[in-house]
Amino acid sequence: MAEATILASGEAIAARRRFRVLRKLLHHRSFMAGFIIVAVMVIAALCAPLTGVDPNQMRVRLRFRPPSEVNWFGTDQFGRDLFTRTLYGAQLSLWIGLAVAVLSGVVGAAIGVLSAQFRRLDSLLMRIMDALMAAPAILLAIGLGAALGPQTHSVIIALAVAYIPRTARIVRASALVTRELEFIEAARVSGASSMRIMFKHLLPNASGPLLVQSTFVFAFAILAEAALSFIGIGPPPPAPSWGNIIAEGRQFAVQSWWIMLFPGFAISLAALGMNLLGDGLRDVLDPRLKVES
Amino acid sequence: MFRGIMMRLSQAVPVLLIFSVMVFMLMHLLPGDPALAIAGPDASPEAVQKIREQLGLDRPLIVQLLEWFSHLAVGNFGESLTLKQSVISAVGERLPVTLSLSFVSLVVTLPIGIGLGVVAAYWRNSWIDAWVMVLALLGVSLPGFWVGILSVLYFSVQLGWFPPSGYVPLTEGGVGPWLASLIQPAVVLALFQIGFLARITRSAMLDVLDQDFIRTARAKGVDEWTTISKHAFRNTLIPVVTVLGITLSLLVGGSVVIEQVFALPGIGRLIVQGILNRDYPLVQGTMLLFGFAFVVINILVDIIYTIVDPRVRYG
Amino acid sequence: MAVPLLEVDDLTVRFRTDAGWMTAVDRVSLAVGEGEALGIVGESGSGKSVTALSILRLHAAATTRMPTGKIHYGGKDLLTLPTREMRQIRGGEIAMIFQDPMSSLNPVLTIADQIGESLRLHQGVDQATARKRAIELLDLVRIPDAARRVDEYPHRLSGGMRQRVMIAIAIACRPKLLIADEPTTALDVTIQAQILDLLRDLQRELGMSVILITHDMGVIAEFARRVMVMYAGRVVETAPVGQMFRRPVHPYTEGLLTAIPKLDVDVRRLPTIAGSIPDPTAVIPGCRYSPRCPQVQESCRRDSPALLPAGPEREARCPPRVAAMAKETVA
Repeated sequence: MAEATILASGEAIAARRRFRVLRKLLHHRSFMAGFIIVAVMVIAALCAPLTGVDPNQMRVRLRFRPPSEVNWFGTDQFGRDLFTRTLYGAQLSLWIGLAVAVLSGVVGAAIGVLSAQFRRLDSLLMRIMDALMAAPAILLAIGLGAALGPQTHSVIIALAVAYIPRTARIVRASALVTRELEFIEAARVSGASSMRIMFKHLLPNASGPLLVQSTFVFAFAILAEAALSFIGIGPPPPAPSWGNIIAEGRQFAVQSWWIMLFPGFAISLAALGMNLLGDGLRDVLDPRLKVES
Repeated sequence: MFRGIMMRLSQAVPVLLIFSVMVFMLMHLLPGDPALAIAGPDASPEAVQKIREQLGLDRPLIVQLLEWFSHLAVGNFGESLTLKQSVISAVGERLPVTLSLSFVSLVVTLPIGIGLGVVAAYWRNSWIDAWVMVLALLGVSLPGFWVGILSVLYFSVQLGWFPPSGYVPLTEGGVGPWLASLIQPAVVLALFQIGFLARITRSAMLDVLDQDFIRTARAKGVDEWTTISKHAFRNTLIPVVTVLGITLSLLVGGSVVIEQVFALPGIGRLIVQGILNRDYPLVQGTMLLFGFAFVVINILVDIIYTIVDPRVRYG
Repeated sequence: MAVPLLEVDDLTVRFRTDAGWMTAVDRVSLAVGEGEALGIVGESGSGKSVTALSILRLHAAATTRMPTGKIHYGGKDLLTLPTREMRQIRGGEIAMIFQDPMSSLNPVLTIADQIGESLRLHQGVDQATARKRAIELLDLVRIPDAARRVDEYPHRLSGGMRQRVMIAIAIACRPKLLIADEPTTALDVTIQAQILDLLRDLQRELGMSVILITHDMGVIAEFARRVMVMYAGRVVETAPVGQMFRRPVHPYTEGLLTAIPKLDVDVRRLPTIAGSIPDPTAVIPGCRYSPRCPQVQESCRRDSPALLPAGPEREARCPPRVAAMAKETVA
């Protein structure tokens, strides 16, 4: 009964807070800049089929065409239209970024909350997280990506695993603070189950830092995916991944600079948009949180 | 402090154990048969089987794992399958390259990254702050390998200022050629770290500048430069030092990719080639050495932390 | 009073807030004589701390418009003094201590360094001498075992001890004026009394003038000779301490006095002033206290009251009460 009242008023407060957060975000310059960049990229990615060109169609006679009215970003060594390939690359990169952010966010949040709630699991889970962080994230992803084979989903899994530990640590830290608050004590005394405490209290209270972290993971994942593709451990060619296009265009870079130029801009823009979005979310949701990676 | 270090070391043991098991399992997930890779595509099934037995790959995984551990215990990191040399010597050969690259990059990163953060915080909300933050944001948003290629196109191909690729050891050409071969990759590598550190330093410095003790210093008649350099800066370093481990991790991770761009024969290239050649003892051993290195680095970071923050020093 | 040591004329300080510019300090004038102890009292948000910070130009530069008015000290105007000269005055001739001793000391510097810094800056002494003088100063502010404490970092000291260190820093260069901004508010009651005793003894020994800022009438009664009461950025009453306690003129002062708990009287509920301090950005016509004043009259809500003389050395910003008092004196 007592808990119900607390929750009811809590929900009203939460609703009002959500409204205030939204208003603050709409007035936040870097958040809106990031939002517009990401929105434009998503729309561009979704509109890729509208060019009416097959991104993998080779036309030998049209090789190495510089940017023109017909081929806005030029063509590559096989005569493929780079504008179309870059748009399809946006689909691939944004999908990988989103999947990595969601996957590492969900698993990381689960591990973080479990560690905070069950002290016995804590030391084991945290040692595993430490072990995953023992090597640089990109190196771990290279190893995992290679082990899982050259496919899009293995890149997603590899990058998600590499970023899980930091997310787990952030959620755990937030949940440990929440656990000490009085209303959790009240909930526990009134017989709330561990599950209820974790999902009703610990997790919602960690949602701000979790969202911020996931946004930055999205940005990192876009950069890391491109780097993996560049090394040769990404989605296999002829997949129009931005990293692949740059890797393939690299050997022709001196004469046909445009091949590798535009996909690089696309990567930069996507990462920039997500970073701006993350900065805005951090300022509004969790001003004390420092940049994490 | 000594006790603190011992405690950190004892905590590191299970971490390294879990890490090495993970690395071992990872390498045995690698698709493709190393025996087949060594024997070549034309070898007979019998020959492949023979190599497999020689390498002990036909035995149960747990036996292989225990054997690997027993070798590690005596400092034997195994033999490379493709390089005809031990993992230790392969790593030893390439370590100076990666260390040099990381060192030069760090020397570029620390003063610029921290300096930009301090400057941005001191002149907060001014045009200086705005520009520094835009640069920092670009630093963490531009893909290093792409910037590297563009940089080679411009500074090496177009202007001819730096060699486009390759490494000149310190022992061969002296400091000049060594630095010339490293400065371009090191700066490209530093861009991300500079952006990362500048952002962290700025927010740490902003926190410190709002503290009461800064007002106390000004009330004493301390000038602005001393207020910043003596009173604010040391306090700013505390949170910056905590991310030093992450910075180094990002740096070494980034060097793996940058070594590909500039064809530097470092550990990053070694490990990528090992993966592509299914040379699992090599990858396994190198990864493990990375793990050891970062355990040591993180302990060093903790020591620096206790030097910077007297509150930790006394516990 | 002969020529005062410090004289503030029409000081006005404006801040930028989310809701626009607000006036934190509105044409405040005050004077402190040599060796005098002036108390400034008011609720939080009354502008008393901003007034004190402005004297040394320590207000947050980013959000504050340059204060207007004049601050006379030693024949100079502190508001227009070049920065270099201002730095010589800060800590050298006018020193300041703050409310929260826990955060006012630098956590990464030793006590010796933090006390010695003033001495090195203003008196040009070397490191060894500075350390020796720091030990003497710690003795002077009654910190036991000073020779050992001097090399420690602030986190090893209690709040009371840290405030003593702050006082040691402030008096290191024998300033002529000490501004103490709520020096006891953050401390335990027993420690509060010790710190006040210490400040009073030091004032006498060193012959300093002191401006003590507080919201606590009890502290004022113990420490100050003259009191200035501030409300919503304005001075509402100034008076010698005894007279003010015996016979407050402004209804706000009266309210503050009745809100002091008395040990010898058993009261169920402490009387409080109804309402709360107004939003600093709100525009209140007439007397700013009128919305809360129990004796409010029609004219109070309409006319902005002036600070009127109300007897020798007394002023009050309440025309009805001043007029009533004048009638009494005549009769």
